[in-house]
Amino acid sequence: MSGARPQAEGSTSTPVLTVEGAALHRGSRELWSGLDLQVQPGEFIAVLGPSGSGKTTLLRSILGLQPLSSGSIRVGGEPTRRGNPRIGYIPQQRHLAPDTSMRARDLVALGVRGSRFGLPIPHRGDRARVDALLEGVGATHYADRRVGLLSGGEQQRLRVGQALADRPMLLLCDEPLSNLDLANQRGVTDIIDRERRERGAAVLFVTHDINPILDRVDRILYIAGGRFVLGTPDEVLQSRVLTDLYGTPVFVLRAGDRLVVVGVPDAEPHHEHDEAEPGSGVHA
Amino acid sequence: MTPQLASTPLLDWGDIFSFQDYGALLALLSNSLIAGAVLGLVGGLIGVFVMQRDLAFAVHGVSELSFAGAAAALLFGGSVVFGSLAGALVAAVLIGVLGAKARDRNSIVGVLMPFGLGLGILFLSLYEGRSSNRFGLLTGQIVSVSSPDLGWLIGISVVVLAGLLLMWNPLRFDSLDPESAAARGVPTRTVSLVFMVLLGLIVAVSVHIIGALLVMALLVTPAAAAMRVSAGPVAVPVLAAVFGFVSAVGGILLALAGTLPVSPYITTISFLIYGGCWLVQRSRQRVRRA
Repeated sequence: MSGARPQAEGSTSTPVLTVEGAALHRGSRELWSGLDLQVQPGEFIAVLGPSGSGKTTLLRSILGLQPLSSGSIRVGGEPTRRGNPRIGYIPQQRHLAPDTSMRARDLVALGVRGSRFGLPIPHRGDRARVDALLEGVGATHYADRRVGLLSGGEQQRLRVGQALADRPMLLLCDEPLSNLDLANQRGVTDIIDRERRERGAAVLFVTHDINPILDRVDRILYIAGGRFVLGTPDEVLQSRVLTDLYGTPVFVLRAGDRLVVVGVPDAEPHHEHDEAEPGSGVHA
Repeated sequence: MTPQLASTPLLDWGDIFSFQDYGALLALLSNSLIAGAVLGLVGGLIGVFVMQRDLAFAVHGVSELSFAGAAAALLFGGSVVFGSLAGALVAAVLIGVLGAKARDRNSIVGVLMPFGLGLGILFLSLYEGRSSNRFGLLTGQIVSVSSPDLGWLIGISVVVLAGLLLMWNPLRFDSLDPESAAARGVPTRTVSLVFMVLLGLIVAVSVHIIGALLVMALLVTPAAAAMRVSAGPVAVPVLAAVFGFVSAVGGILLALAGTLPVSPYITTISFLIYGGCWLVQRSRQRVRRA
């Protein structure tokens, strides 16, 4: 395992993401508080924790879609704002309806022109950008096929391509590997990993299963019950650390090269995606 | 007097097709034709988003409240066009604000629809004017819409067309993946709400042209047909608009040749186009499998 990889590569440059004293309440419930996080260019950070612990909400706060209760978030040194082209967002794979009236390239093109108001006339260079993005995620050979007829892995590569449209310096990934088979998990992880190695993009990767990305991760942010720990995988993924975090006995088992965390109490009644709650929608 | 009834056929083909004095009628109804043409085009276009956003049922709910508004205007002596607009906008905004999620939306529409239809029927039964006005609102009355009102219908359709074109890209993004759209900075709440207002406007126009019960034939069927035969981002809206145009204009032209109302012609053409597209899709799939 390469968990002890030094994280000092970019410690002299401006951090891509700075979270200071962040707290978030929903109603009377505190999701988390006192969160400090600095992410350097090229760093790969996994965000773990039971469902309902506010992982997705953290991403929404960084995207500027959900105001913090207190604290601040800076992206590239500037206060976060919605629609920041320096951030790319990769959602969970959800299967698109077979009759969706879009080809693969149209899904990627949404990243290029999907937020453009005005007459829907493509700008010069749009097509070249879309072609380059398709090639980057290995989707050129199915660029003109209907998205609804593609496999889950093929669709997810397109979503990654869409998120990379503006060459973001920070990639926010919300369970991007769920519903994918092992080969596609690896394929999608490779593309994300390449973005940070070749261009120095930082990655914040929310997941419920650390195993597919364990060999890429620099640090882990583990959130549970309103508290969190931050450190290298070797530091965080220990029975003693997680037992302390959860306040109840939790065991980290190693089976070959896989890790299994056993004994995690159910946090909140299941909501896989926090933002699905009414009233927490988009705040301008 | 010998009873004539037995020898007169119940249905005279002359009622359905008769091209006597066709040119004169056509000149008289050119404004209706323009209104139908514009509605057909815009209805086909907006239908693409109605399908993508799963709003077919909502369209029906909006049209029933639009009908109630028009019936109220008829009873209380206001403008029927404004009555239908008011009803449609109230329903569309209610559905847009309260029904962001599909399940909520369907229950809201399910509650609103019978209420609107009942209210409209109440107003109509209290109304003592020309009885042809009564059913016109439910089943279409384009030929009896006054010229100034036709002007309004055309104007509203053009406004909806402009609105759709100006927010085409964000609307497409939001219709497919609202989460990613919001992350990219699309003001998804505003886009959804403006879309519902545009939908309300075009539904109110459709109520006057093909009637509250039949609006889906122009706002849903053409787009559904187009999506059977294509997936292209340009091809689908263009095909849908053409299908809507052919249904509306073809229906009015055929209705001029008979004495029957316009709507059955429009709904039949629109249905036949859908059937044709379905067959095309089927045969393509068979070829692919073979």
